Amino acid sequence: MILGKPAPLLFGQLLLGIINGSFYAMLSMGLAIIFGLLRIINFAHGAMFMIGAFVTWGLLNYADIGFWWALILSPLIVGVAGYVLERVMISRIYNLDILYGLLLTFGMAQVMGGVMTNYFGSSGVSYDTPDLLSGVLDLGFMYMPVYRGFVVFAAVIICFGTWFAIEKTRLGALLRAATENPSLVQSFGVNVPRLIALTFAGGVGLAALAGVLAAPLYSVNPGMGDDLINTVFAVVVIGGMGSIGGAILTGFGLGIIEGFTDVFYPPGSAVVVFVVMAVVLLARPSGLFGKA
Amino acid sequence: MFGFSRAQLIGFVVLVLAVVVGPFVLYPIFLMQVMCFALFAMGANLLMGSIGLLSLGQAAYFGLGGYVCGYLVQTTGVTPEVGILAGGLAGTALGVVFGWLVIRRQTIYFAMITLALAEIVYFVSVQDTNFTGGENGIQGIPRSALFGQFSLNNDLAMYVLVAIIFLAGFLFVHRIVHSPFGQVVRAIRENEPRAISLGYKVEHYKWIIFIIAAGLAGVAGATKAMVMGIETLTDVGAAASGLVVLMVLLGGIGTIFGPVIGALVVVAMQYYLSQFGAWVTVIQGVIFMLCVLVFRRGVVGELAYRLKTPL
Repeated sequence: MILGKPAPLLFGQLLLGIINGSFYAMLSMGLAIIFGLLRIINFAHGAMFMIGAFVTWGLLNYADIGFWWALILSPLIVGVAGYVLERVMISRIYNLDILYGLLLTFGMAQVMGGVMTNYFGSSGVSYDTPDLLSGVLDLGFMYMPVYRGFVVFAAVIICFGTWFAIEKTRLGALLRAATENPSLVQSFGVNVPRLIALTFAGGVGLAALAGVLAAPLYSVNPGMGDDLINTVFAVVVIGGMGSIGGAILTGFGLGIIEGFTDVFYPPGSAVVVFVVMAVVLLARPSGLFGKA
Repeated sequence: MFGFSRAQLIGFVVLVLAVVVGPFVLYPIFLMQVMCFALFAMGANLLMGSIGLLSLGQAAYFGLGGYVCGYLVQTTGVTPEVGILAGGLAGTALGVVFGWLVIRRQTIYFAMITLALAEIVYFVSVQDTNFTGGENGIQGIPRSALFGQFSLNNDLAMYVLVAIIFLAGFLFVHRIVHSPFGQVVRAIRENEPRAISLGYKVEHYKWIIFIIAAGLAGVAGATKAMVMGIETLTDVGAAASGLVVLMVLLGGIGTIFGPVIGALVVVAMQYYLSQFGAWVTVIQGVIFMLCVLVFRRGVVGELAYRLKTPL
């Protein structure tokens, strides 16, 4: 017993919180990257996550391509689609009010969600856990499904890899420079429009990668992104828009807070993230990690 | 009259005629729904058009208005006008609180925070089954009698009440936009730093607009609950917030007739295309994208541009 609650329950919720936090972190990181350079809140981010999961399912059922290849192929496919969407549509609205980007991607999300609902129904399809990762691990103090452990492990690697790529590599430096001053970077001979399109592709590719990881864990359905994305938006607001490290830390942190709220006050678990957001905004309007 | 320009006066006369003739041509319930959503959209348009703030959480006030009205009318048996008034006041009160939280934020921050606050209202609505009925919603709200005198069970009687509320709301919004207060609000939209330097407390002005929009949403939600006899989670969810933004965008941001046309088209789509199921969502999404990419003035805005007169 810890704090009047059985230890297995507590650890179970902690694990659940970390897993949810993994998805919050991966999705809000992609949003933050896209926002940093494009100055667009990508409302289609949840839909891209959902498409990523459906592509994973499709690869297995139509082409007999399994989970491990899907980890590479699905983000690639969604990333290419994102590249095209940016070039064909989003790039047309950069000179407009910032809110139009939000409205445009909102429309995209509706189209993607609607089309998938028409073909797969709202209950969706299921995707089996890959053989290598099925089974349960005995940690001594609790039992953990191997796949869940893998998701957390993968999320940490993905988050660290992305953070490293943006903060520590030459490409990342270029990206950050273009965020600060696009015209100056362009005058150095960098193709900024292409860089922007690639950034969008990378961001939605990350969402798709999260979708692949989610496929065996949740039912693959058209609403799976919607359920998550509103929380993710709150995470981005709390962490401070455009901060990659902030998005990662806030994502994991809020997942854990949500998990514990579920133990001590179950009805509060759905709203705790939004309540935290309201409090944070009152105290620090630019978010925990945002620049003032 | 009422500060209408000539073209607007003609438009208003046409609108009144359409409201009068409407129920004899089209299904009254459909028209009442259009008017409720138009009222809802007029509030959202005040926010978007006159101060340029996009709220993605307007359904919170719309839904709360509906729940309060439905709950009061059903459990305490108050008369419809009291229920609708209470719904409007509930929306207004929530607008005061939420508005205070968000009004200093700009553009996308404002949009996302309103979205998140509306999520709180949604989740509370799901769980507080005593008040909202949770997943089932409030069913079988009786229409009873207006002022305890005039029975509203007849659709046409209900229609008259809704039409009066709608037209009064329309004139109210128009009056606000064209009042000295509205002039200051416009100045803030055009050049906020300048308005500040002239000594206007811009946050107060924005806050008041936010509260009015919430109040209108509350009245609209309450009226809709009376019309339909039910109030469910659909009205308080994110989809309803998206829908009202679509209405404003499609009709024309910042026009006075835009929200009405937007509501008419969007509600008609839901009504007459309902057999296509989720394709309606796809069509709505496509309209959203087209409005942003090629049709930013919206229907009424485009018309006003062609006729070179504000509408």
